[in-house]
Amino acid sequence: MGRPMSMTLSEKIIAQACGRSNVNSGDIVTCKVDLAMMHDSSGPRMAGKMLDELGVPVWDIDKLVVITDHYINDENPDHKKIQEHARAWCKSHKVKYFIREQGICHTVLPEYGHLKPGMFCVGGDSHSTTGGAFGAFMIGIGSSDLVGVLATGEIWVRVPETVCMKLKGTLQPGIAAKDIMLKLCSKYGMMGFNYQAIEYRGPVVEKMSVEERMTLTNMAAELGAKTGIVAPDDITQAYLSHVGITAIDAKRWQSDDEADFTKTITLNCSSLVPYVAAPSSPENSLSISEFSQITLNQAYVGACTGAKLDDLRMVAVVLKGKKVSKNIDFFVAPATLNIRKEAEKEGILKVLVEAGAKVLPSGCGGCIGLGAARLGENVVGISTTNRNFVGRAGHKSSALYLASPYTVAASAITGKITDPRHFF
Amino acid sequence: MIIEGKCWCYGANIDTDALAPMGSYQGENVLDGAKQCLRDVDPRFAKGVRENDIFVATENLGIGSSREAAPLFLKALGVRLILASSFARIFFRNCYNIGLPALICEQSPTINMGDKLIVDLDLGIIKNLTQDVSLSYEPIPEHLYNMVLSGGLLPYLKKQLSNEHN
Repeated sequence: MGRPMSMTLSEKIIAQACGRSNVNSGDIVTCKVDLAMMHDSSGPRMAGKMLDELGVPVWDIDKLVVITDHYINDENPDHKKIQEHARAWCKSHKVKYFIREQGICHTVLPEYGHLKPGMFCVGGDSHSTTGGAFGAFMIGIGSSDLVGVLATGEIWVRVPETVCMKLKGTLQPGIAAKDIMLKLCSKYGMMGFNYQAIEYRGPVVEKMSVEERMTLTNMAAELGAKTGIVAPDDITQAYLSHVGITAIDAKRWQSDDEADFTKTITLNCSSLVPYVAAPSSPENSLSISEFSQITLNQAYVGACTGAKLDDLRMVAVVLKGKKVSKNIDFFVAPATLNIRKEAEKEGILKVLVEAGAKVLPSGCGGCIGLGAARLGENVVGISTTNRNFVGRAGHKSSALYLASPYTVAASAITGKITDPRHFF
Repeated sequence: MIIEGKCWCYGANIDTDALAPMGSYQGENVLDGAKQCLRDVDPRFAKGVRENDIFVATENLGIGSSREAAPLFLKALGVRLILASSFARIFFRNCYNIGLPALICEQSPTINMGDKLIVDLDLGIIKNLTQDVSLSYEPIPEHLYNMVLSGGLLPYLKKQLSNEHN
């Protein structure tokens, strides 16, 4: 081999993980996994049980993180059984990183310092793509694939083509990463980037907080992508040093200038308006002006997509000094307990509660139809979550609209789907 | 591997919440959970589907969650083969991992509810017996076909691990 080939960031990480000097999109390779994450739904009770059937130990206990976030904080006996099993399994397998009921796995994982640029990671959840915000290549997999990883430390992947998603311009007040993702869902659909990796770049991304980047990579799943990724920079470094990771090789984990992107898509964010996804798919997204007559019964700020500290800040900006409509049940479930603590410190939680929010436990909750925010019969809700499939968030007759934290807050005030820019 | 069966046909974006509604599977009795499969899309399906039937959809089958219950329910109900114009990637992997072949077949929309198909995965042939036409599909990568022949990833791993020990 002569001079090393140019590669995209995703290709570089996969090449390192499969021990080759370079890879091309379409290659099927076997990668060594740097980190496997699983939760109480996909983990001990599914993958764990199958691993025990195989009768082999976890390949490397230092590389496994188990987080409980789905079936938590309620009195349901089935859910309690799942929790008991998760605890017992983690104990008997001497799981070193077992994080119980601290929040949603995709936000807990980086908070606990488990992610850094260049890692090849898998997670037993489709929104594991979120980890890409830290310059890691992280994909969602099912329980059997998890067993394969737990038993061997390896997984086969088809090297994805990388799409360069250039976000140009400046986001206007009242517009967030969530609007970018809903706009992309509307334009490209849930199949838009199947098997591909989306690398978000451009001036909008360069200015974005890590948490807003997490919204971009989280909802890469709604575009059908294998994953989303953002190359590390000073903002990544600042977040990571906060969680105890001081030395990252930001220079190494970048796409080469000559890298072979399968295509480049440019979105001018300066002219972006708020977007809302109508029931029952994220791809039913339209500009907010299409939704003026929709009356709501519930507003929910929650999930890995929409209840990070920045999301709560956005909600507070709109709600400060205001009250939500008396026709609205307004729920806030901070994504993690740390975020809840920070929100308390900043005075944000007080703003939300004074506006009429009921604060719920930190877990998947309402996004998957569990807990107090479960949508009842014929209830019409708006939420900061990522999916609104029929019956996912509650009764099959309920209707769920997806929107940014700004839009959900503005709509909670008026009781109708409302353009948050009126509040700026 | 030869599969002959009756088709159940659906459209685009059949998601994992439709195939395996939240709470329908707690990791124990698959058949109990499988009764909920597609309850909000076609309540006739779970009751009417029989051993050796074939599940057909158009674009983006299995979009959504990583939950393996989605293909597991289809398999538990008797489905032996899935055809779709395209698949969501995690669902596609999950199908092979549980030993259920999933074929990318662009002509999926031409198949009608109740059509009888015969499919020979070794020869790479799909014949629609009802319409008397042949259909084509993207070849299955060899390692995935071997996995299906073993019955899925778990039995495949078992075999590999026992080979290592011998």
